[in-house]
Amino acid sequence: MASVNPVQAKSTTAKKVREGTLSGAKRNNIIFKLIVAILASLFSLYPVGYILSASLNPVNTLTDIIPSQVSFDNYSKLINDPQYPIFLWLFNSIKVSTISTIIIVTLTALASYAFSRLRFKGRRTGLLAILLIQLFPNTLAIVALYLMLVQIGNIIPWLGLDSQGGLILIYAGGALGANTWLMKGFFDTIPRELDESAQMDGATPTQTFFQILLPLIRPILAVIAILVFIGTYADYLLAKVILTSKDNYTLAVGMNLLIDQQQSKYWGQFAAAAVIGAAPIVLVFLLLQKQLVGGLTTGSVKG
Amino acid sequence: MLQQQLERSSNNSGGNKGGGAQSRPSFSLRGLGLRLLGLAVIDAVASLFVITLFGDGLPIVAVAIILITIVVNWVFLSEQLYALRWLTPGVLLLILMVVYPLIYTIYSSFTNYGDSHRLTKDQVIAQLKTQTYQGANGATYSWTAYRSPDNKFKIILQNPTTNKSFIGDESGLKPYDAPATLPATLDGGFQKLTPFAAASQEKQLAALNLKNDQVAIQLISSSQAQELLSKYSFDPATDKLTDLESKVVYTPVKGTFTSSDGREIQPGFTSLVGGENYGRIFSDSNITAPFFGVFVWTIVFAAMSVLLTFAFGLSMALVLNDPQLPLKPLFRSLIFIPYTIPSFISALVWAGLFSIIGPVGIFSKTIFGDAFSWQADPNWAKVMLLFINTWLGYPYMMLICLGALQSIPTDMFEAAILDGATAIQKFFSLTLPLLLVSVAPLLIASFAFNFNNFGLINLVTKGGPPDSATTTPAGKTDILISYTFNLAFASGKGSDLGLASTISFFIFLIVAGITIFNFRFTKRLEEVF
Repeated sequence: MASVNPVQAKSTTAKKVREGTLSGAKRNNIIFKLIVAILASLFSLYPVGYILSASLNPVNTLTDIIPSQVSFDNYSKLINDPQYPIFLWLFNSIKVSTISTIIIVTLTALASYAFSRLRFKGRRTGLLAILLIQLFPNTLAIVALYLMLVQIGNIIPWLGLDSQGGLILIYAGGALGANTWLMKGFFDTIPRELDESAQMDGATPTQTFFQILLPLIRPILAVIAILVFIGTYADYLLAKVILTSKDNYTLAVGMNLLIDQQQSKYWGQFAAAAVIGAAPIVLVFLLLQKQLVGGLTTGSVKG
Repeated sequence: MLQQQLERSSNNSGGNKGGGAQSRPSFSLRGLGLRLLGLAVIDAVASLFVITLFGDGLPIVAVAIILITIVVNWVFLSEQLYALRWLTPGVLLLILMVVYPLIYTIYSSFTNYGDSHRLTKDQVIAQLKTQTYQGANGATYSWTAYRSPDNKFKIILQNPTTNKSFIGDESGLKPYDAPATLPATLDGGFQKLTPFAAASQEKQLAALNLKNDQVAIQLISSSQAQELLSKYSFDPATDKLTDLESKVVYTPVKGTFTSSDGREIQPGFTSLVGGENYGRIFSDSNITAPFFGVFVWTIVFAAMSVLLTFAFGLSMALVLNDPQLPLKPLFRSLIFIPYTIPSFISALVWAGLFSIIGPVGIFSKTIFGDAFSWQADPNWAKVMLLFINTWLGYPYMMLICLGALQSIPTDMFEAAILDGATAIQKFFSLTLPLLLVSVAPLLIASFAFNFNNFGLINLVTKGGPPDSATTTPAGKTDILISYTFNLAFASGKGSDLGLASTISFFIFLIVAGITIFNFRFTKRLEEVF
C-alpha cells in the first residue's frame, strides 16, 4: 500500500521554511507551478462548469458556456417526461448498487474472517483459487452470462434476463474475489491476541467476529462499501446487456438513451440529469477523500 | 403452519444436542437454533424449486439444486466443516457467477451458437416435423363449409372410405361425429354454404387451421380436401433425417442437416464445431483483418492511456508536492474532480463537447475546415478517445503519485544534492525509479482496466467510424471487448455468439496474463505460500 506519511511530509515542510526567505529562482519556480496548477484545475473543471451551465440554460444549445438566462426548466422537464424517466433510473441505480453492496460486504467479511482467523484444511488452496478466479473478471463473460440468465429466467423470472435481481447477483459474484483479498489483508493487521483472549473467555467464533473484530474493521468496511457502491453505480456494460426494458434501466444505460437519438433536442435535460446523477458521488468523494484514497491506492480501479 | 414446524424442530434438536455443549467451549444454544431455523427455510425453498423443476421437465437443474442443498446442510451441521460455514454463501455465488460463466464461455467458443444456429437439435426436429407435403397417397375428404353471421367459418371434412370426420375452424381440427346428412346450421348460428357460395369465400376458408397433432388437411378443389403427409421423419437410432417427399437422406453436419450432395436444411441447430471459431480468426479473411486491427488498437489504446495519464498525473503530483505552493488542498480537490464523476456521465458529456454541434467540435472546424469531424475520421476519433481518457484518468494517477512521492525517503535527495546532481538527473535516476516500485502494480491494473474499457468506447464513438471494408461488425475504434459486444448483441450483420465467446476467451487469456505478471509486483502469491 502506497501510504501517505504525514509526519514525514510535515517535517520536510518545516525544514524548508526554516531555510529562510525565498530566492528569486525559487519564487519563479513557485509562480510557474502555480500557473500550471491553475491551468490543470481549469482543464479538470471545464466540462463540469459547462454541464452545470447547460443544465441551467433553458435554451437547448451546446455552444454557450455562459447561459443567456438562468432557469430550472430543464430540471422540471426531467420530472415530467414519461419518455425518459430519469428519476426511476436513478432509483434503480441506487437500489441495484445498494443491494449489491450489502451482499458483497457481508459475504466478503464472512469469508475473509475465515481465511484470516480460522485454520482449516484447504485454506491455502481456497485462497489461491480465489486469487486465480480473480484473473477472469466476469464482465468478460458477458455472452455466457447473457445466455445463462436467459435460461435462469425460464425457471425464476426475477433472476433472469432483464431483471435487476440477476444483475445484482452478477455484480455480487464478480466483486467477491478481489474484496475478499482486500478485507483479509485488513483482518490480518488486527492482532490475533485480541480474539484469542476473547475466545479464552469463552466467546464463540461468531461472538468474536461480531463483538470484537467487526467494530475494529468498521471503517474499512465503510470504505469498501462506498467503493463497491460507486463501482456498481458506474457500471455500463453489464447493465446494458442484462437490462433490456426501459423501466428496468439503471442511470448509466438510460442516460445514453436520452441523447442517443436527438443530441441537440435533449441536451438541456441531459445536462440536468448529469448533474443529478453525478452530484451524490462527487460529494461523497470530496467529503471522504482521505479515507477513500487509501482504498483506491491498494489496487482497485474505479469503473 | 410451516413456521410452527420449524420452531418445533429447532427446539427439539436444540434440546437433544444440548449435552454436546460441554465438548466445545464455543458452543451456543441460540446459535444452533438460528442455524437450524435458517437451514429449514433454505430446505423448504429448495424443495419448492425442486418440485417445480421436476414438473417443468428440468431434472438436471433439479438434481443440481438437491446436491447444493445437501452440501449446504452438511456444511452447517458438521462440526468438522465449521470453517466452511463462513465461506459457503460466497463460494456458491462465486461458482455460479464467475466460474460457471467462464467455463460456459469456453464451451460456447467451440459451438456455432448464433442467429442461424439458435435452436437446439430437438427444437429443430420438432419444427421440421410440422412441415407437410401433398403426397399421392394422402387420404381424400369431401368438405362442407359453414358461415356465422359475424363472418366466421367452420368446415366439416368427411372421409368416405373410413367414415372418419373432422370439424375445423381457425383454432384447429377436432374429430366430429357426423350424422348421415349434415345439419343446415351448427351451434353459434353457423349456416351451411352451398359449394358455389363456398367457392367465393376461398381465401377465408384456405386461411383456416385444418390441423391437429395427427393430421393436416388441405382443401384442393371446390369439393375435395386431401390429408397432407409429414415431410420429414427423423430416426434417432441412426441420427438421420429423411425427406419423405424426395426420399433424400440428411445427416447432421456441424449443426445443419446436410444431404450427401451438400444440400442443407434451414434452420440449423446449436452444435459443437470444434476449433472452427478459432480457425476463423486466423484464416477467414473477413475476420482476420478486422480482428487484428481491433487487437492492435486495443493494446495501443490501453498502453497510451496509461502512459498519458501517468505522465500527466505525475507532472501534476510534482507540482503539487512542492511544500511552498499555496492553496494546495484546494488545487488537489479541483484537479481530482474528474475522477469523482461517474465515467459514463463524463464520457457522454465529452462526446457532446466533441460532436459537430459542441464547442470543441465547432472550434476545431475553424482550424481544420468545415468538413472536419472528430467522430468521422478514424485517426482523429482515436486522438479524441485518448484525450478524454486522459482527462478521466490523470487525477487518479496524480493521487497515487502524490502518495508515493511523499513516501520516498528525503535523505536520499539530500545525498544527491551533496553529490551535485541536477534536478533532471535527480528525477530520472532517483524519483522515477523509486516511484515506479510502488506504483507499478497500479499502472498494470490500469492497463488491464483500459484494455476492457467498454464504457468509454461505446459511449463516445460506439466503435465508429464503421469499417465498411468488412462483413464483421468491427468499427475503426472498437476494442476487443466492444467488438465482442457487437458480435453478440448489437449488430445489423447478424449475431454470432460462438465467435464472440471465442474472442472473450482471448481477452480472458490476455487479462489473466497481465494479472499474473502483476503478481510479481504485488507479492500476493507470497501471501498464500
